[in-house]
Amino acid sequence: MNINLTLIAQLITFFVFVMFCMKFVWPPIMSALEERKAKIADGLAAAEKGQHEEELAKKRAIEILKEAKDKAQDIISQADKRASEIVEESKDIARVEAERIVTAANAEIEQEAHRAREALRGQVVTLAVQGAGKVLKKEIDAKANEDLLNDLVAQL
Amino acid sequence: MASETVSSADYIKHHLTNWTYGQHPDGSWGFAHTAEEAAKMGFNAIHVDTLFWSISLGLLFLYFFHRAAKKATTGVPSGVVNFCEWIVEFIDTSVRGSFTAKNNLVAPMALTIFIWVFLMNFMDLIPVDVLPQIAAWVGSSFFGMDPHHVYFKVVPSTDPNATFGMAIAVYLIVLYYSIKIKGIGGFTAELTMQPFQSKNTAIQIIFIPVNFLLEFVSLIAKPVSLALRLFGNMYAGEMIFILIAIMFNAGLIMGIFGGFLQLGWAIFHILIITLQAFIFMTLTIVYMEMAHHDH
Repeated sequence: MNINLTLIAQLITFFVFVMFCMKFVWPPIMSALEERKAKIADGLAAAEKGQHEEELAKKRAIEILKEAKDKAQDIISQADKRASEIVEESKDIARVEAERIVTAANAEIEQEAHRAREALRGQVVTLAVQGAGKVLKKEIDAKANEDLLNDLVAQL
Repeated sequence: MASETVSSADYIKHHLTNWTYGQHPDGSWGFAHTAEEAAKMGFNAIHVDTLFWSISLGLLFLYFFHRAAKKATTGVPSGVVNFCEWIVEFIDTSVRGSFTAKNNLVAPMALTIFIWVFLMNFMDLIPVDVLPQIAAWVGSSFFGMDPHHVYFKVVPSTDPNATFGMAIAVYLIVLYYSIKIKGIGGFTAELTMQPFQSKNTAIQIIFIPVNFLLEFVSLIAKPVSLALRLFGNMYAGEMIFILIAIMFNAGLIMGIFGGFLQLGWAIFHILIITLQAFIFMTLTIVYMEMAHHDH
């Protein structure tokens, strides 16, 4: 356990090793570590950005979907409205048409009745004249009794 | 394992003697054949085993980390590179935690200290007799040496020369930066103008020697404590391994018991070698921090 030149030799060796480590070992490893750290940080940031963008896209997709649904709903309700309008319209038209037909029919009936009545009246006159002729056993001169007949027709 | 003819005391002594190359008292240079011869060489001697292992382990460390440094890219790391990066990151975190100034030397120095000291300490976990026995065999078969006089101490950090060498190197760097950052004046002021201070000039002058005495002791204590802590821990650990190894000679029961002790102590020692390397590194960082800041 003697203190001797070994101490000096060890001291010099220490300096040499430290110098070597300082020049050729530490800087390249450290720079590689730093670079990798930066690279990883970049990658993480990019991943985060991508995630964020994906989220945004998802949100936008949902919005678009919602908009489309709303629009579809609008269109459907509008169509419904329009359909009911059309139904109402056609109902109105039908009603008017029906009324018109009814009125026309009524008028025709009236006319027909009138015509029938006129015809009946004519026949009644003829019958009355014939009946009266038979009762009187002689020919009644229609011309002679025209005034009387006309009066009778008017009473019918 | 020690042979039957060697007593326990000799065995321990043999294990604690370094393989020394130096100047004999008669002026010639050569290997010391006994511990006494090594002691007589005085300062002009070198512990070949200590230097061999410390430099080999240091080169091993630099080789692996240098290779990793060349391979390190921004891509996915693998194998050795990954391991080295993990350690570098750990050291970097430790340095950033306690060193706030800007100095490109501190982190590589911390890395070197941590791994190098760890590897040197790690030699402690190799069974105490393996490498010395191989050395003795090589020495006696190829170089015609007496196997009992082949000394081979494999744990460099149990040699105070190694620990003091590193501690003094650290200390010189700390002193260099202390003076560089604070200037000669600031450095001297730190030694003499505190902890006792006075507004009165006369009293302050009286305080100067007192302050200097206190601060100088704490200044000297830095490298001494740094070196002795590592040395003491590793030396004690090595000694326990040697004592356990002696039990292997004392019959089957003691041998088995010793085996369990060896295992237990080795597992526990894994903690110690790492911790001591970490402490050496952390204290270095702290001293460097102190050199960069007034306090």
